[in-house]
Amino acid sequence: MRPAEFDAAGWDEGGALPAEVRDAVARAGWFGVDLPTEHGGRGGSQAELGELCAEIGAVCSSVRALVTVQGMVSAAIARWGTDEQRSTWLPALAAGEHLAGFAATESGAGTELSAVDTRFERTGGEITVTGEKRWVTFGQEATVFLVLGKLDGRLAAVLVEKGAGVSTDPVRGQLGLRAAMVAHVRFDGVRVPVGNLVASPGFGLSHVIATALDHGRFTVAWGCAGMAAACVADVADHTVRRRQDAVPLAAHQLVRSMLARMAVDATAARELCLSAARARDAGEPGAVAGTVMAKYAAARAAASASQDAVQLLGSAGCASDSRVGRFFRDAKVMQIIEGSDQVSELHIADHLLREHRVGGKA
Amino acid sequence: MRNGLPADEVRGQLLEFVTSLVDAEPDPDEDYFERGLVNSLAALELVTFVEHRFGITVRAEDLDLDNFRTVNRLTGFVLVKTAG
Ligand SMILES: Cc1cc2nc3c(=O)[nH]c(=O)nc-3n(C[C@H](O)[C@H](O)[C@H](O)COP(=O)(O)OP(=O)(O)OC[C@H]3O[C@@H](n4cnc5c(N)ncnc54)[C@H](O)[C@@H]3O)c2cc1C
Repeated sequence: MRPAEFDAAGWDEGGALPAEVRDAVARAGWFGVDLPTEHGGRGGSQAELGELCAEIGAVCSSVRALVTVQGMVSAAIARWGTDEQRSTWLPALAAGEHLAGFAATESGAGTELSAVDTRFERTGGEITVTGEKRWVTFGQEATVFLVLGKLDGRLAAVLVEKGAGVSTDPVRGQLGLRAAMVAHVRFDGVRVPVGNLVASPGFGLSHVIATALDHGRFTVAWGCAGMAAACVADVADHTVRRRQDAVPLAAHQLVRSMLARMAVDATAARELCLSAARARDAGEPGAVAGTVMAKYAAARAAASASQDAVQLLGSAGCASDSRVGRFFRDAKVMQIIEGSDQVSELHIADHLLREHRVGGKA
Repeated sequence: MRNGLPADEVRGQLLEFVTSLVDAEPDPDEDYFERGLVNSLAALELVTFVEHRFGITVRAEDLDLDNFRTVNRLTGFVLVKTAG
């Protein structure tokens, strides 16, 4: 399967990704690109994962979101799971035998995830999970959820398989990521073995969920870089072909100015993604902040490039099957999820000031 | 960087990093998690810093608040890991 063959407009309109597409994604090995080979992955680098997400993101953000969520949950287990959790879950996630949902957000906890209300109660060898999660990407189809909640007042992360006590309420017609089969998910006294707790209570948000979000930010960043580059290509193509009175749109200086700005933003976003990939592959401490910066820049580049692309395609950009129109809706979502623009700015400034202090300049 | 690291050097490097992270020099026995000084991005950066600087791997079983909550406890953790 090649991204160029995707029916992204049709899936967006239908509000779903067909099961055969999800299976094809699994068969193509896109779920385990950066997972170690001993856990069924391809053992690839962060740069390889990034390039794949850019290629997919240039065509369909919902497929990219599928790869993102599976990668987020896998990364959290790979990093903080026990040997048993790794050998149980990772091969199944890499092979697509399980589809993952990342269940952190609640109606009272979005940006501030420490405010979650979901309760984990330990009795003997079991944990009972009770809570309502909102906006779970691919929550309609997920067979296992990484859930953030509180156990004895401490933030903890637990893996919950779909089954008795888990119910989903599909979200339809949202602004973007329309084929990402988003759902609100309710856990009604669901009992899971204590062995499904990932890392000790107290580290659920700061390490487990944070690792998942860090991975998610990275793949979203690359997907956005791909989207921005696709907008540049569509605008270049359209403005050369579209003529009135024999004058192509591309002949107008103001049009060229917009195209130039879009191209610079898209290229800069890609360079920040590459820089984040290098830092991650080298295990540098700055990789976390570098990933936030890449995601922030790329989401903004995708949002502004898609806005300009709709503008320059005119009515063609407003048509129901317009690719840049879909990008325009999807890109806005990217400025909100995995850390909104505002929260990213706070993190970037924190990191900058910290570097400054270590250097003795402040 | 393995084996025989002087405790003072490890403590000094950790104190410098944690100071930059929480924007104040904590007492080596102060619980920066308890005081809410470490947000989730900072917690991940602390793990990556410790792994990168001291050449160790922090595993799930090491994730015990007792290992991480103060500079002195973290120093002890690094010394055990680098000696191992
Ligand atoms: C399509 C889609 C898919 C999603 N998928 C998932 C998923 O799979 N799993 C999951 O757990 N969640 C998911 N989410 C939820 C998403 O992560 C949250 O929407 C996001 O974290 C923001 O939370 P919120 O919507 O509650 O907004 P709020 O936290 O209420 O924030 C609203 C806005 O306020 C501003 N703001 C908030 N805090 C600050 C601050 N400290 N300083 C400055 N400005 C601030 C920002 O502009 C922010 O965008 C999804 C959301 C969407 C739309």
